[in-house]
Amino acid sequence: MSCDHCRERDAVIHLTQIVDDQVTTVHLCEKCAAEKGVDSPAAHAKTPLGTLIGAMGKGPEQPPTPRSTDVCLRCGATFQDFRESGRLGCPDCYRSFETPLRDLLRRLHGSTHHLGERYAERESAPAVDHEAAADLREQLRLAVETENFELAAELRDRLRVLE
Amino acid sequence: MIDLSLLTDGGVGWLDASGPASHLVLSTRIRLARNLTGHVFQGRNSETEREEILGAVESVARESVLLRRATRFRLDRLDRLDRQLLHERHLVSKELAGLDPDGRVRSGASVLVQELIGVMLNEEDHLRIQGLHSGFALDETYAAVDRLDAELGQRLAFAFHPEFGYLTSCPTNVGTGLRASVLIHLPGLVLTKEINKVLHGLAQVGLTHRGLYGEGSEVVGQFFQLSNQTTLGSSERELLDHLGKMVRQVMDYEEQARQVLLRDAATVIEDKVWRAYGLLRYARSLSFEEAMNLLSPVRLGVGVGLIPDVAMYTLNKLLIYTQPAHLAVAEGVAPDEADLPLRRARFVRKVLESEVGRRG
Repeated sequence: MSCDHCRERDAVIHLTQIVDDQVTTVHLCEKCAAEKGVDSPAAHAKTPLGTLIGAMGKGPEQPPTPRSTDVCLRCGATFQDFRESGRLGCPDCYRSFETPLRDLLRRLHGSTHHLGERYAERESAPAVDHEAAADLREQLRLAVETENFELAAELRDRLRVLE
Repeated sequence: MIDLSLLTDGGVGWLDASGPASHLVLSTRIRLARNLTGHVFQGRNSETEREEILGAVESVARESVLLRRATRFRLDRLDRLDRQLLHERHLVSKELAGLDPDGRVRSGASVLVQELIGVMLNEEDHLRIQGLHSGFALDETYAAVDRLDAELGQRLAFAFHPEFGYLTSCPTNVGTGLRASVLIHLPGLVLTKEINKVLHGLAQVGLTHRGLYGEGSEVVGQFFQLSNQTTLGSSERELLDHLGKMVRQVMDYEEQARQVLLRDAATVIEDKVWRAYGLLRYARSLSFEEAMNLLSPVRLGVGVGLIPDVAMYTLNKLLIYTQPAHLAVAEGVAPDEADLPLRRARFVRKVLESEVGRRG
């Protein structure tokens, strides 16, 4: 099969794109692919994960990749560090680099959803509840200040359930 | 010098060939990767943090039911020979033992071992909970590591994400953190040249193969470690059932290949088996690789009943104790000692002489 672009060299990269629900496949030779910014997997085989990490966010169908300067606020690791070592810096990196990681996990595992055993401790106190509780406490403070005791009692009960 | 006799079974209980399908499957191993919240992953942490992790896990282990009597080895305080010994016993990974060519032992690198379960600490992940069992025993092994995981998880805060599951340093392990491996001997498929087809088929269904010593090791003596490739998107049960189903199929193929060999090339196989046995029984010098490559056809011969008087346990023992560090320790010499091949041959002769004819 010859390259769709130059029509001279053999196509080695087959790029499937979905644009407006239409699936199209473009066949490119290595040179034309490189010119179009599509990397061949071999260019990223630095780490065992290199091939997949390298392919992350490169094709036109991918969501935007974080800039290599993007940093995990918890540990200071950059996404570039991950590209180079194949190792994340800390548990929070999974939130910091969630979008590109989600894409990588789909390629690695065919899924992003954990279906195995759930860790009970962690589940009972998700971070979002802390925020909700803080919000309720603030509302409660305002209700007491404005002597709206009926609302205050309701807020107090809701806070109890949450905590 | 470390004293492995401190371990109740010397850490080789899994070698006793008592488990299911022991003539084909040497051992089953399962590990769960876990990390502690509030700590960065191993690649970015400091010596102090690794000591904290070690301290936290050890204090929980001391008060646990399942690891209360665990023996602890601090790899960072052992010399190379001892670390190699633990690795050869399949108690620690090559990475943790710092045996990679450019590898150094990381401070805080440790292992806790109690009979067939244990925890590697400060490996690629903070904890690698592991279980090892003789023969083909996925369910028993998982039950043991699952119990230990639950017990440790009650007192330690594991990093867990509602969607991604257990968080690991490398995204290839995220989710269940579970890797199950079955160490299987496949000489029939190698001799009938069917092995590549089988390995290719396994890759197609999401399984991977490695050599005798796990990740990054070469296949020697026709031993293959078959394990799950993915860890996310399936439950532990599904991962184990899938691996189990595929391993059973591989075992069927291997049995069929052996029958074909015995039917179509009986004299060739018989000669190969007895020739290998003869060399092991009488050779005066054996490299480890040669010993492994001779033990393989002998194991095949015992498995198909051509050699009647050798126990699988004897062969398993030879497999472990002819390794460089084991032999060096037993003989009280350095592992690079020039006459190690002579000592190895003498050791093999002695074991075969004293154990052959005794079935066990």
